[in-house]
Amino acid sequence: MSQLAIILARVGQAIPTLLGIVVVTFLLTRALPGDPAAYFAGASATPESIAEIRAKLGLDRSLPRQFATYLKDLAAGDLGQSISTGQPVAAELLKRLPASLELTLTALLLSVAIAIPLGVLAAVYQDSWIDQLCRFVVTAGVSLPTFFTGLLLVYVFYFLLGIAPAPLGRLDILHVPPPQITGFLILDGLLARQWAVAWSAARQLALPSITLALFTLAPLARMTRAAMLQALASEYLRTARAAGLSRGRVLMVYAFRNALLPVITTLGMVFSFSLGANVLVEKVFAWPGIGSFALEALVVSDYAAVQGFVLSMAVLFVLLNLTVDIVYTLVDPRVKIDG
Amino acid sequence: MNRRELLKSAGALAIGSSMLPFLKSTALAAGNDTAVVLIGNTINSLDIHRPGTNRPSYQVAVNVYDRLVTFGTKKLPDGSLAYDYDTVKPELAESWVIAPDRKSITFKIKANATFWDGSPVTAHDAKWSFERALALGGFPKVQMGAGGFVDPKQFVVVDDRTLRIDLKKPSKLSLPDLGVPVAVIINSKLARSKATASDPWATDYLHRTPAGSGAFKVERWDAGQQLVYVRNDKWVGGPLPGVQRVIIREVPSQATRRALIERGDVHLSFQIPNKDAQELAAKKTIKVTGSPIDNCLYVACLNYNFEPFKDQRVRQAIAWAIPYEQIFKQAAYGRGVPMWGAKAEKPATAVWPQPFPYTTDLEKARALLGETPYKDGFAVPLSFDLGVADWAEPAALLIQESLGKVGVKVTLDKVPGANWRTVALVEKKLPFLLENFGGWLNTPCYYFYWAYLKGNLFNASNYDDPEVKKLVDETLHMEKSDPAYEPRIRRMIQKAFEDVPRIPLWQPTLESAMSPTLQGYEFWFHRQIDARPFRIGQNGNG
Repeated sequence: MSQLAIILARVGQAIPTLLGIVVVTFLLTRALPGDPAAYFAGASATPESIAEIRAKLGLDRSLPRQFATYLKDLAAGDLGQSISTGQPVAAELLKRLPASLELTLTALLLSVAIAIPLGVLAAVYQDSWIDQLCRFVVTAGVSLPTFFTGLLLVYVFYFLLGIAPAPLGRLDILHVPPPQITGFLILDGLLARQWAVAWSAARQLALPSITLALFTLAPLARMTRAAMLQALASEYLRTARAAGLSRGRVLMVYAFRNALLPVITTLGMVFSFSLGANVLVEKVFAWPGIGSFALEALVVSDYAAVQGFVLSMAVLFVLLNLTVDIVYTLVDPRVKIDG
Repeated sequence: MNRRELLKSAGALAIGSSMLPFLKSTALAAGNDTAVVLIGNTINSLDIHRPGTNRPSYQVAVNVYDRLVTFGTKKLPDGSLAYDYDTVKPELAESWVIAPDRKSITFKIKANATFWDGSPVTAHDAKWSFERALALGGFPKVQMGAGGFVDPKQFVVVDDRTLRIDLKKPSKLSLPDLGVPVAVIINSKLARSKATASDPWATDYLHRTPAGSGAFKVERWDAGQQLVYVRNDKWVGGPLPGVQRVIIREVPSQATRRALIERGDVHLSFQIPNKDAQELAAKKTIKVTGSPIDNCLYVACLNYNFEPFKDQRVRQAIAWAIPYEQIFKQAAYGRGVPMWGAKAEKPATAVWPQPFPYTTDLEKARALLGETPYKDGFAVPLSFDLGVADWAEPAALLIQESLGKVGVKVTLDKVPGANWRTVALVEKKLPFLLENFGGWLNTPCYYFYWAYLKGNLFNASNYDDPEVKKLVDETLHMEKSDPAYEPRIRRMIQKAFEDVPRIPLWQPTLESAMSPTLQGYEFWFHRQIDARPFRIGQNGNG
């Protein structure tokens, strides 16, 4: 089967999963305790005004009918209106997803750039000082909660030293966002040739992405080290050494390439959970990402927003898994994805 | 300078500033005509009438729209400023006349009042806006109803500049109710041109695009991030704001907000926790204002549905066993107004709220319980809303400990915010709970109406007393100057003392931290930012 056909088949396989997710999130949101109508009717609401709001939100109809309406809207590409933010859910996600992606991708690049060399070196020079350093970083990264690291960085670099800009979201107060092309402010700033804006966005991004990188670094470094150790102890490596291949070639081509598979798997996992789990970083740095959006929607039982969030995350996960699988085949030709 | 040029120069300034890693203050860089304000919640709509619009969004109605009337300003004993409920002042109305039978009020609208698009403000706009508040239902309708406005026919356009409001019965609440955020006046010609058959009140349009006559226009709104106000230089509702631009930034993390105000990068951090207020007040570089919230009490409610609490002696015993001082120190951080320890058992004045005649006296509590079938104690869950856990949790823990000493075993029950209204206020089935109702209209009878009448929302205790009901019915619309008013209120308060369905813990304050250069900060009953009197000076106080 051609590569394209395989990809299409995989996307096809995702459809039942997505349908399942649509049903489950719909039912789960309805099963949440709490009554959005009473909540949004606000203080000093009377039973009549709560009923009016319920009718406006369409919550007075039977569940099957609500579900039918939801499906109909979904088929038309309409994720509904978020009552808590007052915006269409699709627009809200489109606006917030780039913010989360920009943060997560930068953090991942940063942590890959540090974790992989660190893990490789720690494995090669086992029990040396660099191995101890790796152990320390991994333990610290796992045990320090992100909001703590975030606040600590804010305290030191913004509050005490004044090097970092005010933790006020994606742009300094003085700047106006550039026209949206990619949604990534640094890129958009560069594309629009607004250097000051791009620079400001990069400065704002520094602390939150370091915070998140410290957190994602740990599993990556650990996995790299473990996989490298395994590869270094393998027979094919002994053979390679015996054959008199250069040390660099043995390490990079034979050991590292073989150790890369589990690292990529971990990378995929870390990426997916940090996208949802960086709520705390978002809160500390007033970062307008999807994590805090989803959390707030959940707290106030904002059905449309929760459903839209879960659905878009599901789509993202399907795409991510597919990407990881395709990268596998590139790294290791023995791996085949089944159609 | 037009907006494009301004942005350009702001950009140029920013290039300069970003090259200086040690640039001290963003607020400083923003200049003397821009105020930067932090809030912790999200503004979710620019239209206060829309169903689902949350509390923090009410500030848009305050700053961007005008009402017919507004309230005056008074200086509190600590030197801070607050609105003055007893002085009703013109905003869009130039004058008004109350009919001799007090059954109608006729407003004359200022001749030079215009909306931002230049069209004059007319009585038609006022009528349309009030009808809209009624038609869209929910909270706006309830709040309009509090002033006696329930029927669109009550709003009569006499001529373009004259609006008569007919009242079903005379009420002292009618005029002040036209000064609350909900009673805004919208540019009806503009709004109607954006209305559709399925959306006759233009909620989709006004949700994102305000159309008013107020002191500020909305320059940009990035939902979930920031709101930027820019001054309307043609405003006739009052003295022009002292700042050209106000930037409202949403920063959810309380620790981050504190770092920003302490660094001096913002002018105002609105609504800070009492703990921060206590600590920041000790610093010289920051001004902290704690304004007592009128007509609001943090209380412990005893539900009459719960068998032991049907007994007045048990309720009083609980009131004697509450550790008031400790709660005030550890839950309120000493910021608030004590509401316990009155010397006399009968209220001497009709002031509300006023301290109740209880202190912490475990002996008295034990003695009272001893007279009842519950002398061996009983168990009861104490519930609170997780959304207000910052004060409710320490208070609940202290109550738990203290009641344990008189044999009442308290377990704590934390209820998530979305459920709270339903279980506590709508179903009213929690036996023992912490509650924080405050009335916008500042009269005792208004508080009693919501919190002490059977069936009304904030009466989470299911308190039902024919005498209190009669007193509230008589006083709710009666003028305060009526000689019959004060004795009735005193009697009402005395009933609250004796029956204690609600045990006040303290009267809360609204705490804000600001840079000493920010002036004109005022406390309002709606507990939102009124940026209109803001000024940024070099120094000075309040």
